[in-house]
Amino acid sequence: MHLMLQYPFNSQALLRKRRSIKKELLSKSILMEKRVAVLGGSTTHDIKDMLELFLLDQGIRPVFFESEYAQYWQDAMFGNPKLEELRPDVIFIHTSNRNITGFPDLEDSAEAVDSLLEQEYQHFEVMWDKLRETYHCPIIQNNFEYPSYRLLGNRDASDIHGRTNFITRLNQRFYEYAQTHEQFYIHDINYLAADYGLEKWSDPFYWHMYKYCCCMDAIPRLAFSVSNIIKSLFGKNKKAFALDLDNTLWGGIVGDDGVENLSIGPETSMGQVYTEFQQYLKAHKKLGVLLNVVSKNEHENAIAGLKHPDSVLTPDDFISIKANWEPKSRNLVQMAEELSLLPESFVFVDDNPAERAIIRQQVPGVPAPEIGEVEHYINVIDRSGFFEVTNLSKDDFKRNEMYKENARRAELQANFGSYEDYLLSLKMAATIRPFESIYMSRIAQLTNKSNQFNLTTKRYTQEEIEAAADDPDTVTLYGKLEDCFGDNGVVSVVIAEVNGDTLDIILWLMSCRVLKRDMEFAMMDELAKQAQNRGIKKLVGHYYPTPKNAMVKDFYALQGFTKADEDEQGNTRWELDISEGYEKKQHVIQVQN
Amino acid sequence: MSRTEIYEKLTAVFQDVFDDDGIEINDSTTAADIEDWDSLTHIMLLSAVEDEFGIKFDMKAVQGLKDVGAMVNLIGELLA
Repeated sequence: MHLMLQYPFNSQALLRKRRSIKKELLSKSILMEKRVAVLGGSTTHDIKDMLELFLLDQGIRPVFFESEYAQYWQDAMFGNPKLEELRPDVIFIHTSNRNITGFPDLEDSAEAVDSLLEQEYQHFEVMWDKLRETYHCPIIQNNFEYPSYRLLGNRDASDIHGRTNFITRLNQRFYEYAQTHEQFYIHDINYLAADYGLEKWSDPFYWHMYKYCCCMDAIPRLAFSVSNIIKSLFGKNKKAFALDLDNTLWGGIVGDDGVENLSIGPETSMGQVYTEFQQYLKAHKKLGVLLNVVSKNEHENAIAGLKHPDSVLTPDDFISIKANWEPKSRNLVQMAEELSLLPESFVFVDDNPAERAIIRQQVPGVPAPEIGEVEHYINVIDRSGFFEVTNLSKDDFKRNEMYKENARRAELQANFGSYEDYLLSLKMAATIRPFESIYMSRIAQLTNKSNQFNLTTKRYTQEEIEAAADDPDTVTLYGKLEDCFGDNGVVSVVIAEVNGDTLDIILWLMSCRVLKRDMEFAMMDELAKQAQNRGIKKLVGHYYPTPKNAMVKDFYALQGFTKADEDEQGNTRWELDISEGYEKKQHVIQVQN
Repeated sequence: MSRTEIYEKLTAVFQDVFDDDGIEINDSTTAADIEDWDSLTHIMLLSAVEDEFGIKFDMKAVQGLKDVGAMVNLIGELLA
């Protein structure tokens, strides 16, 4: 990741050096291309430029459609051939309080204000409905920033005639739409403007000179914030923290100062600030973010520190604790491997600039934010958007627990003679069925998140998943796996298309949390059964290599397929004849349909 | 700051914004002389100049800028 694009960034330097930064980013391997439509109610040129830089930095190469000046509504409502041709993967509607056409008059009755509010709101709602129906893709919509002046002074906030009050109510209506519609996301420019400083943000110079709704210097902040929503939608969120201990989670050095002398807890200001930081980190567990420790310490000292009576975080809160004297980069890579995560899924938090520099150099793609002094840790991490929450599923609440269960399974495994005995002892039960409506969002999420155990790395929006489920010529399967330690939830997804008497497997993925559990064989058994029921004679599989999916290179060979074709890029095509029958491959999981 | 010093810094800004180390500017340079200098880049340019010199342009002054010479004069006045 490019250091210049990490929060806190130098906005002016980004704006000024955008061309050279872009060249640099384009020279690196970029994995996915996404079509992004920017529908603006004010000038969007520099916003688009900055958005491009931040997305490239996340491994997303955007292809843009940009509305002509302030044509957002016309493009949405009456169509635009270029927009239709783009078939956007995501639409960003950049409107601001400059796009509110009518504000209450002081003489208006309450009914008149209500009706004005309804009118302003409807202008947007009809547009969202139209866009959803036309493009079936996620929509990101700005809310409204507070007005830059207040005719009624403080009363502007509470009086129904105040612009501040009107904007607050309008925003509330936007949120209600977001709460009741999937794939619709509010981009909170009201918060951004407040955070930046409303007076500077709304500098009228930029509106009157160039029709920008915010000042130039704020544009990178705005674009960064939008890029965080987009990268989250396309599965580029971080998944875990790798946390240092001494002077990061508490003040002092546990090995030198002793547990009793650490700064943590309510007694002192320094203790309090570390406590608040620990609370902030702990709250991430409910978002499904995994907490881990990478510390240069004796292991027993690390544990002793975490057992400090005032420590909010306890050893139990962590999935993995690496406290030793090995280089942190090595510990982090090893930890990633043990948890079946990619190293770049981690955020490295350390007060020591030298350790941060080593991580950036040795494990590219792992952000090591410049967190500053302890009182600023939260501010920097929070504004970095590593874990931007676009969809919150029940799975997220339980993710830490699931990883803990995995650790316990690993312990159990050590006690068994054969691997099969171990698998049997897990008492696994799977549900393997065609896509069902309650799992659509989880299935779409998996297609965007899974990189390693993913044969074709094809990404789907929720609408596309629903369309596949409805298509009579498409076979869809999801797999859910439970065992004696708990429920892993939906962990595998398969989509295959019927072509005459062959079945073409266009998507096959599995969550790495259930590696080596024979779940992939259970899925294949079910797919073969479904294929036979349809009179299919041949299964066709594909493997498209990416920098991340080498682990499934031989997947189809292991499933008994024969390689039929390979091109120069290493894309392979595999076939399995099932006209003479199919032998079940898996005997350790009880499968329900 | 002398005109020479202003020119030195200003040239660096132009080179960054247009990503071209070969760009040279003088009093009579206008948008017509630099290929990528359009109205949108102009906004960026002014913002970068403000940042480089620690100054703030007002609307009236910006609208009177007809060439680089005028820009250098304006920067000089704001720095004085």
